[in-house]
Amino acid sequence: MALAQALQIVSKTDPGRVRSHNEDCVESRPELGIVVLADGMGGYNAGEVASGMATSLIAEGLGGEWKIKELGKLDRSQTMSLCEKVVRAQIARANTAIFEAAQKDPQCAGMGTTLVVGVFYDNYLAVAHIGDSRLYRMRGDVLEQVTRDHSLLQEQIDSGLITKEDARLSHNKNLVTKALGIDPEVEPEFHIYETQPGDVYLLCSDGLNDMIEDEEIQMTLIALRSNLELTAQQLIQSANDNGGRDNVSVIMVKVLSSFAVERGWLARLKSLFS
Amino acid sequence: MAKIILSVDGTVLKEVPLTKERITIGRKPHNDIPVDNLAVSGEHAAIITILNDSFIEDLNSTNGTLVNGKPIKKHFLQHNDVIEIGKHKLKYFNDAPAAAASADFEKTMIIRKPSAAPAAPAPAPAAPAAPAAPAAAPLADTQSMKPAAATPTPPTAPAPAPASPAPGGSGREGAIQVLSGAAAGRTLDLTKNLTTIGKPGTQVAVITRRPTGYFITHVEGASFPTLNGSPLGPQAHQLNDHDLIEIAGVKMEFFYKP
Repeated sequence: MALAQALQIVSKTDPGRVRSHNEDCVESRPELGIVVLADGMGGYNAGEVASGMATSLIAEGLGGEWKIKELGKLDRSQTMSLCEKVVRAQIARANTAIFEAAQKDPQCAGMGTTLVVGVFYDNYLAVAHIGDSRLYRMRGDVLEQVTRDHSLLQEQIDSGLITKEDARLSHNKNLVTKALGIDPEVEPEFHIYETQPGDVYLLCSDGLNDMIEDEEIQMTLIALRSNLELTAQQLIQSANDNGGRDNVSVIMVKVLSSFAVERGWLARLKSLFS
Repeated sequence: MAKIILSVDGTVLKEVPLTKERITIGRKPHNDIPVDNLAVSGEHAAIITILNDSFIEDLNSTNGTLVNGKPIKKHFLQHNDVIEIGKHKLKYFNDAPAAAASADFEKTMIIRKPSAAPAAPAPAPAAPAAPAAPAAAPLADTQSMKPAAATPTPPTAPAPAPASPAPGGSGREGAIQVLSGAAAGRTLDLTKNLTTIGKPGTQVAVITRRPTGYFITHVEGASFPTLNGSPLGPQAHQLNDHDLIEIAGVKMEFFYKP
């Protein structure tokens, strides 16, 4: 089934209750199963510049380079490794562009952005991320955090210095250890996961998970599961009701049906004439 | 910046700002905070500070370290925690929460790792030593923090307040009572932030509990539930005391509990 029919995608972004402008950016290309979310940082409007460049460059770049119509000849593992190559190349390209823009324009000096990219294809989801924006997966009634933050706090949790429960009380929540556009090169974390019909994926900026607990995210996804649009709206509203101290963005992707790629001679024949 | 105040029997002995990554407390004079008392071990405890967070660790002392009356081995210090070592008390103050209230403080920043960060287990922190001001070395380098003076971000208008003041508004707890159908007479307390009502697959609405009161929103179903006889529409509606809701053929009343 075509990706656009198999996936329902809703994205929303909100400046929150405190900040005067929105440094988050979201983009999606439903026909290609591509979603991109970025949370920018930097003085003046530089955060917006960085996140805007990241989402538009990567969505556009993948739109050009991730040619799903031409993948029919490849087997599954070949498409997976090609996907990784293409995604990494586009992230590297965006990184260079942001880094160079920051070098040229003093107002943009030091700008950078977090990033989560999701590519849905052939019943799998490829995820690349940098920084503390997250991807969660809701399967059945279980919400799981798929990405691990590149943050000082996560490193402290990993080293055993602080427990996950105590981490909620930390004052060091805002420090990321990796960002796009800060250095000439960046190494995104990349993984591939199998998807199942019924899965709901949530990409979010830290404005969501810093303001509301995972339990509340899970409760909202369960209670409003039949209405994805309202779920996204409710998550943002909860973050704002709890203070809305940061910009808050979500992209939600619901897998409505299988989107396995047809292989075999008939599919090949069809693709020849399409 | 965080600090501790050392006292004994209610008399303040000294105030120590937590500017160093590691501060040791003990009987021997080489400690950062020497405490000359036989109940205190030579090297008794250490306070490790990473940017805005501090931890206390007991260094296998003979008589132990208490925080708020409980013995600890390692503890993540919170504002106003009281550390007890023998008869000496060290009170921890961290005004970062107040500072954090100003939005700029919380802006996401990148922190650089030294190229060869020793992945040492606790207590050696994985972070570079930058316990001083948050604007210290590793941050200044890529300071992505907005200069506070540049654009003071005044809190934008608070929650779009409902036109009429919420009759109950914040704090008061609401409930719904079922008026018709099999469950007639039953009351449902709206204690959760989200409560769904109706019949899944047919007609479902959600009642959200917000700081400004309770709101009802249509979730699923071809037709909308009615509120006081008129269909809801796709927007959220604030609930007033004694509003009548009809959903999936069942009538119910919303009310604020006395």
